[in-house]
Amino acid sequence: MECAIQLKHVTKTFGSVVANKDVSLDIYKGEILSLLGENGSGKTTLLNMIAGIYYPDSGEVLMGGQPIEIRSPKDAYAHGIGMIHQHFKLVDVFTATENIALGLDKREKFDLKAVKKKAQAICEKYHFDMDFDQKVYSMSVSQKQTLEIIKVLYRGADILILDEPTAVLTPQETDKLFEVIRNMKKDGKSVIIITHKLHEVLAISDRVCILRKGEYVGEVQTKDADEKVLTEMMVGRKVTLNINRPEPKNPIKRLEVRHLNVKSPDGVAVLKDVSFDAYSGEILGIAGVSGNGQRELLESIAGLQAVEAGGSILYFNEGKETTPMEVVGKNPRIIRNAGIHMSFVPEDRLGMGLVGSMGMIGNMMLKSYDSGKSFLADRTKPKDLAEQIKKELQVVTPDINTPVSRLSGGNVQKVLVGREIAAAPVVLMTAYAVRGLDINTSYTIYDLLNQQKEKGVAVIYVGEDLDVLLALCDKIMVLCSGQVNGIVDARTTTKEEIGLLMTKLKKEETANE
Amino acid sequence: MDSSLIAWIIRAIPFGTIIMYGAMGEIMTEKAGNLNLGVPGIMYLGGFAGFASAFFYENSVADPNKFLCILISLTCCILASMLGGLIFSFLTITLRANQNVTGLALTTFGMGVANFFGVFILNGKSYSAAPLANSAYSAKIPGLSTSFGVVSETLFSYGFLVYVAIVIAVILHLFLNRTRVGLNLRAVGENPATADAAGINVTRYKYLATCVGAGLSGIGGLYYVLDYNRGIWATTGQIEALGWLAVALVIFTTWRPLNAIWGAYLFGTLYWLYQFLPSLLGFTVASYVTDLIQMVPYVVTIIVLIVTSLRKKKENQPPAHLGLAYFREER
Repeated sequence: MECAIQLKHVTKTFGSVVANKDVSLDIYKGEILSLLGENGSGKTTLLNMIAGIYYPDSGEVLMGGQPIEIRSPKDAYAHGIGMIHQHFKLVDVFTATENIALGLDKREKFDLKAVKKKAQAICEKYHFDMDFDQKVYSMSVSQKQTLEIIKVLYRGADILILDEPTAVLTPQETDKLFEVIRNMKKDGKSVIIITHKLHEVLAISDRVCILRKGEYVGEVQTKDADEKVLTEMMVGRKVTLNINRPEPKNPIKRLEVRHLNVKSPDGVAVLKDVSFDAYSGEILGIAGVSGNGQRELLESIAGLQAVEAGGSILYFNEGKETTPMEVVGKNPRIIRNAGIHMSFVPEDRLGMGLVGSMGMIGNMMLKSYDSGKSFLADRTKPKDLAEQIKKELQVVTPDINTPVSRLSGGNVQKVLVGREIAAAPVVLMTAYAVRGLDINTSYTIYDLLNQQKEKGVAVIYVGEDLDVLLALCDKIMVLCSGQVNGIVDARTTTKEEIGLLMTKLKKEETANE
Repeated sequence: MDSSLIAWIIRAIPFGTIIMYGAMGEIMTEKAGNLNLGVPGIMYLGGFAGFASAFFYENSVADPNKFLCILISLTCCILASMLGGLIFSFLTITLRANQNVTGLALTTFGMGVANFFGVFILNGKSYSAAPLANSAYSAKIPGLSTSFGVVSETLFSYGFLVYVAIVIAVILHLFLNRTRVGLNLRAVGENPATADAAGINVTRYKYLATCVGAGLSGIGGLYYVLDYNRGIWATTGQIEALGWLAVALVIFTTWRPLNAIWGAYLFGTLYWLYQFLPSLLGFTVASYVTDLIQMVPYVVTIIVLIVTSLRKKKENQPPAHLGLAYFREER
């Protein structure tokens, strides 16, 4: 096969961190290539060098056998390379058309109508659905992604790079995206997908290239690969892929949520009549496309969110099973001290729960600064706790005083989850605990959650990856448009069923049962 | 009653023009994501440079020409203001200094420079004048300014910079909303990473927008000294107050140049409220109330801020990346 673009001995460093070391990679015409690797293995950095975001420290990029210089994204476009970044590069207050027109060749006449017409033609060719006068801020994630793809195709890209394209999509939207990718392949374009989701690699790609710690490990033809082979190449050693799922022991009701309604500040109902129970020794999974009320639900239970009148959240503390506490209306600190703990990992990881500019000790102190009788805050216990978390969860940090914002995403999450678990909760709520984490770290977190479950903690796990939800949880509650769209047994349900529940609201009778 | 209403308008429009220049320059700057709080300082620089150059030209040439006087003072004004913008750009874009701090420092710097060099021109007097430049800048349109009675008096009795301001506002509107460069400029202010990925030179756009914006703001200072203040330079803090009013006007307009036209005149009207409203209604007010009434434009700005943030319309919000430095390889 003919090469579309080649990387030869490319190295890139950021300060003392080597992101890519002597990587060589060939990309053929008309193929779908998966670039697989753990977090921080340098996948995005590597392709950012083709896309003109970074420039390699050494090594070269070849096209048609000739070395080319890609100094900026503009150069990349000129060579027919377009990248769809994980964080969309779109201007919120612009329309779709304006976003496409942004940065077009200056020699072309500036005519938004012509741009729109040409973009519509692309839409018809690849069967996209897009309203070109819609402003980006009112679009769904999937629409934004479609717009990004159109933008790249508009510029005549022959090599498309997609960075974790399915991270925010529902299974149905993912299927649609894969359809589009196959259409582009048929059209002779090369598509590179950066991902760490193995089943997607197997479903879509022709060939897989694997990076580990910035170095090129090797390539496999997808038809010869399976999840086990890929994982071993990715991690560099054998790992057990099965998530442990002990049977719940002696479940006791810990939380009873009834008729919970929450309105957003704009008056839009975010949670509608949510009712469910959570039991000790059980992991209750919550599935749903992000932004369907997960955050509000957890925040209501943690006392951070105002709840509409009529809803109730009863909390059955250990030893107080007969005299439940009403959580609604209570101060978050009281709720926390009673044993309900939440760790919410937002998209930027640091947004809630941790202060980026403080070290591990400082972040531990956030939860303990007001305990003890002394006028001065106690620094000894938080320090011990930080040391303990660092050791037990293998947090990679030069020092427990290093600001947590300098740690990698996975380590930040370990600190956050570790702190909440260390407080010996009765109810532990985690949201997106493994967001963006690689397989190894994810499994550490699953193990932690399972340990808590076996200790008799009622765990609520809001997750994104359906495979994990199915393997880890005992029950799965699906939220759709703020409603409980079904609670299913994780041991018997299927991915398709959950996917459907996530996107299609069932009739009223199920919601009101 | 009529005559005092007309007198009110005649005071309000020139006043509005000063802050309209300041605000238009700042809109341009802020659209590129730079929050330049140095507007008062830049207006000082522009006003002083314009005055000083006109003053020297008038006093050193035997037979000074009005047109040349305008050309020289306007050029010096714009160059000095752009220099202010360049200092701000270098500090905030290249060195990535905090924009708020840099802007406030620039205000102090501009005032200081103007007042320091002003000492040499004042030469011990409490004020000094550039009468020729004043007559050039405040020259009315022949014919139009007299032939239609009241209409001429209220609409056509001002110096040319009043009309130029309106024209610039319209051009600025078309530039930002109808041209490729305008689209790119707005993208830089909204989301520089996106603009960068689209192949737009973010640094260049920010530099140019800030410098050109500063040049535009500076004309406000020039207009104040050579027309509004009758060509008189004195060491007062008046320009600073006007500069802040211009910054407030930017928020009031929700970053739209066309709104700056009527917004500026409204601010002018409100500013002179204390002098004309009582006499229109036939009562007198104590002097301490005057200061309170002069506060009205700021109060209106706060109300606009409240209303726009309550309505939560994305289009009325400041550029998303306003006040933040952009660094491509930040991770």
